Amino acid sequence: MLTVRNLHVRYGRSVAALHGIDLDVPDDGVLAVLGSNGAGKSTLLRTISGTLRLHRGTVSGGEVRYGERRIDRLDPAAIVGLGVVGVPEGRQIFARMSVDENLRAGGIGARSAEDRARARERVHELFPVLAERARQRAGLLSGGEQQMLAIGRALMAGPKLLLLDEPSLGLAPKIVERIAGIIREIHQQGTAVVLVEQNAVMALQVADQAVVLETGTVALAGSAAELSASEEVQRLYLGGHAESDTAAEEEAALARRQRVGARGLSRWTG
Amino acid sequence: METFVQLVVNGFGKGAVFALLALGFVVIFKATEVVNFAHGSLVLFGGYLVVATRETLGWAGAAVLGVVSAGVLALLVERLLLSRSRLADPFSLALLTIGVDVIITEEIVRRLGVSLPFIGDAWDAQPVQVGGVTLFRTHLVAMVVATVLITAFFIAFRYSNWGVAMRAQAENKEAAALVGIRSSRVTATAWLVAGLLAGVAVLFIATQDFSGAGLSRGTHSIALAAFPAAILGGLDSTAGAIVGGLTVGLVDALSTHYVSFAFAKSAVFLVMLVVLVVRPSGLFGTRESTRV
Ligand SMILES: Nc1ncnc2c1ncn2[C@@H]1O[C@H](COP(=O)(O)OP(=O)(O)O)[C@@H](O)[C@H]1O
Ligand SMILES: [Mg+2]
Repeated sequence: MLTVRNLHVRYGRSVAALHGIDLDVPDDGVLAVLGSNGAGKSTLLRTISGTLRLHRGTVSGGEVRYGERRIDRLDPAAIVGLGVVGVPEGRQIFARMSVDENLRAGGIGARSAEDRARARERVHELFPVLAERARQRAGLLSGGEQQMLAIGRALMAGPKLLLLDEPSLGLAPKIVERIAGIIREIHQQGTAVVLVEQNAVMALQVADQAVVLETGTVALAGSAAELSASEEVQRLYLGGHAESDTAAEEEAALARRQRVGARGLSRWTG
Repeated sequence: METFVQLVVNGFGKGAVFALLALGFVVIFKATEVVNFAHGSLVLFGGYLVVATRETLGWAGAAVLGVVSAGVLALLVERLLLSRSRLADPFSLALLTIGVDVIITEEIVRRLGVSLPFIGDAWDAQPVQVGGVTLFRTHLVAMVVATVLITAFFIAFRYSNWGVAMRAQAENKEAAALVGIRSSRVTATAWLVAGLLAGVAVLFIATQDFSGAGLSRGTHSIALAAFPAAILGGLDSTAGAIVGGLTVGLVDALSTHYVSFAFAKSAVFLVMLVVLVVRPSGLFGTRESTRV
């Protein structure tokens, strides 16, 4: 279980990026984190994976726990060691290294050689193309393949919780469908997922719970179904209106009530 | 013809030593983006330990100790000084290494006093006859040693976990951190390797064959030729360090012979400038060194 409590994060002295975020991700959950550009989605993932320092960000309040352990002061390698592994926004594969070397780099954080071998098998099953292109320079892969490599690289470390930062970014709808299917499959294999997306349609299909971030706070929280039905999400992220059947309206009303005014109310405990 | 063969062997012999220095320099830059201006002082430190322990340990033991000490000193500089200021940008860290360089160099020069000891006992001043041509043994041994070390380095760099981690970090620090690569470990080993290579290089530099001068401030200035070597090869290219080192060695040997000893030094920098004008990121580099 990942728990984030009253998390405040700033960059330098002047930029406050997160103001009191609360959320939970159970060990078998998929949490979608929605929100527009600059809402603080990447900052949230950086905080969880311990890479905030590389961006000169600091946790100025609150805490992040994984299980019993407090992880907001650990270095990234220690966090990977606990089973929390991130895929950064924009894929960030090692473009000058081969596909296989990218996976190998991903496996450096794995616990044992057997774990590594098993992880590689899993990755090759999920992404046969990575086996076919093993020796090719990673920079020569298509955008979709690069995203697959970025996910495969993270899987090499044997994550129990996978953090994905906008995996659909810049990909054709068909590829986005495939990535969505793969995330579902990874989840079915027993890995919890935090899925950051601007593509709310895709994210809400895959997730069971969801939060909407707005300028560093949780504006809405609820089940994926509730949020899909909420007028606000419809209007802002799904480009339509909630169907007017009563069930959906009720759900929408519920989500509206959870809208942050008193911050504690919106805490979603999954 | 005979002199030409000698010149080329001289050039490659010196070049092999510059390649060792430039390689260390590039490894540090790749891992940390820091330009290590303390490289010359690592060279002096290794050499000084050979001088200080030669009588008790014998030359071979002292040479090993010198190499190891240069590696350890590099590691200490990184662990005790640079890693503590992790948030500082590469530029201020480079300035920090200048401070380190001055302190170590001045202290060793002070300790050496007026003595200018040669430290290549096993090969220095023992010319070899090859088919009627007389060659410096120092240069031949340097070529063999450098070939072995550089080959070992490239095998490790390409195939070992250390090499994968090193290249991953050089390419993308955040992505490397995200998959659990320990950047402090990669950085520390980079400095260690660079220090060890500097310790080996000095055994060839402070000789009659190479420079005609023993361990001294002069050794430090010779080692500085590793900068143009690394820069013209491309600061972030290991292969470039080798090519750059050999180029500097050859330019140095040829211009000393055909022009003058005094001109050789500027010739090396002239070649570097010409390369930079044509290719701002060096022969094999991907990053413009003007950024540094
Ligand atoms: N490295 C940084 N330095 C300073 N401010 C930053 C940095 N990264 C992000 N920010 C700021 O923090 C806020 C949240 O950004 P981010 O987490 O990247 O949002 P999102 O991923 O939702 O687009 C924005 O206002 C952004 O400008
Ligand atoms: Mg983002």
